[in-house]
Amino acid sequence: MLVLSGIAVIALGFLLRFHPLLVIIVSALLTGLAAGLEPLTVLARFGHAFNETRYVTAIYMVLPVIGLLERHGLQERARTLVAGLKGLTVGRLLASYLLFRQIAAALGLTAIAGHAQTVRPLVAPMAEAAAERQGAGADEDARADPERVRALAAATDNIGLFFGEDIFIAIGSILLMKGVLDGYGFHIEPFHLSVWAIPTAIAAALIHGTRLWLFDRRLARRPRR
Amino acid sequence: MIGIGFVYLVAGSFFAAAAILGTVDRRWSNALFHALLALSFFAGDRLGDIGNGILVLALVAIATSGRMKRGEASTAAAPQGPLLALALVIPAAALGGTVLFKQMPARVDPAQATLVALAVGALLALLLCHLLLRAAPLSGVRAGRRLLDEIGWAAIMPQLLASLGAVFALAGVGEVVGGLIGRAIPTGSIFGAALAYGLGMALFTVVMGNAFAAFPVMVSAVAIPLLVHRYGGDPAPIAALGMLAGFCGTLLTPMAANFNIVPAALLELRDRYGVIRAQAATALLLLAFNILLLWWVVR
Repeated sequence: MLVLSGIAVIALGFLLRFHPLLVIIVSALLTGLAAGLEPLTVLARFGHAFNETRYVTAIYMVLPVIGLLERHGLQERARTLVAGLKGLTVGRLLASYLLFRQIAAALGLTAIAGHAQTVRPLVAPMAEAAAERQGAGADEDARADPERVRALAAATDNIGLFFGEDIFIAIGSILLMKGVLDGYGFHIEPFHLSVWAIPTAIAAALIHGTRLWLFDRRLARRPRR
Repeated sequence: MIGIGFVYLVAGSFFAAAAILGTVDRRWSNALFHALLALSFFAGDRLGDIGNGILVLALVAIATSGRMKRGEASTAAAPQGPLLALALVIPAAALGGTVLFKQMPARVDPAQATLVALAVGALLALLLCHLLLRAAPLSGVRAGRRLLDEIGWAAIMPQLLASLGAVFALAGVGEVVGGLIGRAIPTGSIFGAALAYGLGMALFTVVMGNAFAAFPVMVSAVAIPLLVHRYGGDPAPIAALGMLAGFCGTLLTPMAANFNIVPAALLELRDRYGVIRAQAATALLLLAFNILLLWWVVR
């Protein structure tokens, strides 16, 4: 039971808004000590795992391109694009992006889009421009805050990725499931696991799509100045 | 063979350039932070486990010192040049490269095809930007450095959380949590077992930030002994829906920093939890859907 102290540290630390990195380090140390490990063993294990997971941080190598394009006016260009597409709303734009992200991920193409590659330079400014045309940002209504529109763009990327990728048979999570089930003597083809991701993928498109449609309606319903 | 080493070389070079530019601009703490990251990417394999641990402590010390500066405000020029086409070079290279590199397993490590393609795409796009937009030689790296400073220490949070997961695994946290959840289920209720499994996957994922860590634990604690053996459910949908319930948890937790916290920094949101707030309703409804479908499949 003592090993759960690390989880308590994480929960309390995040809740009380301590520095997240410090919270993580303290949690790791406490968990290790509670499990009877030497502090140096915990440090070594942590260092080893940090070195093995560098690929997570490698994505920032795209930042020079994104930064350069933005300095040359990419976000403005994305906004102009939206202005030219009559009838495009935040909801319709993000719903289309959701479907694109789900289908691409279902085909195994998870890295062709993402927060650094597509959301920050393209999707978020386009969504903001569409929202402005729908009258957002003109008053103090918190729902029409441009920050909320950007957050919604990032959320849509996550949802499209998560509930599309499991349909692809060679993705990490499917292989993990196969491996774990093999250990219990159930030998299941990846295909049988990936078909069962389809109902939830459809539900995700319907649920999030409905929320996006409601977002559009709320923007339209607010009194305009 | 080209593999992850090439990717780390490209990423490390960017961090090194950001460190040098940070020194030139007298942003000392940021420069040191990025220099340490460059060291990790260039020489991480030669530092040893303890050495890497000390590197992490140094990174955290700089991050918590409060001396790292935010990125400077920048002004965008009036748009000119094929900007949208250039913005699509990286996604297109990632797509085309992945397909192409999988065909040449002797030259490119097939397991790393996408990351290698992404690195090639980043280099190619940067080159094309400089050629077509006639940007000054260092302006790309400088603009990237500014964005990196905007993200700040949040950049290494996903990697730190993954490492915390490794310590949790070593300490056997999963087994303890799984045991607790297993004991909390009312006997004889299929719905109770489906609820405990789906909710347990989501909650455990919220704590760990990763459904992969939760899955083996919840399968051994609930899915196999109850849903499969006692109630005769089909293991394939039980596994798949449990994992998807876990993904709903991923949408709800700051522990999944690369999906939830880094984008908030990247989009310059004032609210660190803004992305989580925006996706919470979808996540909770989908979790309910997964649990009901799970119950329907086993019943």
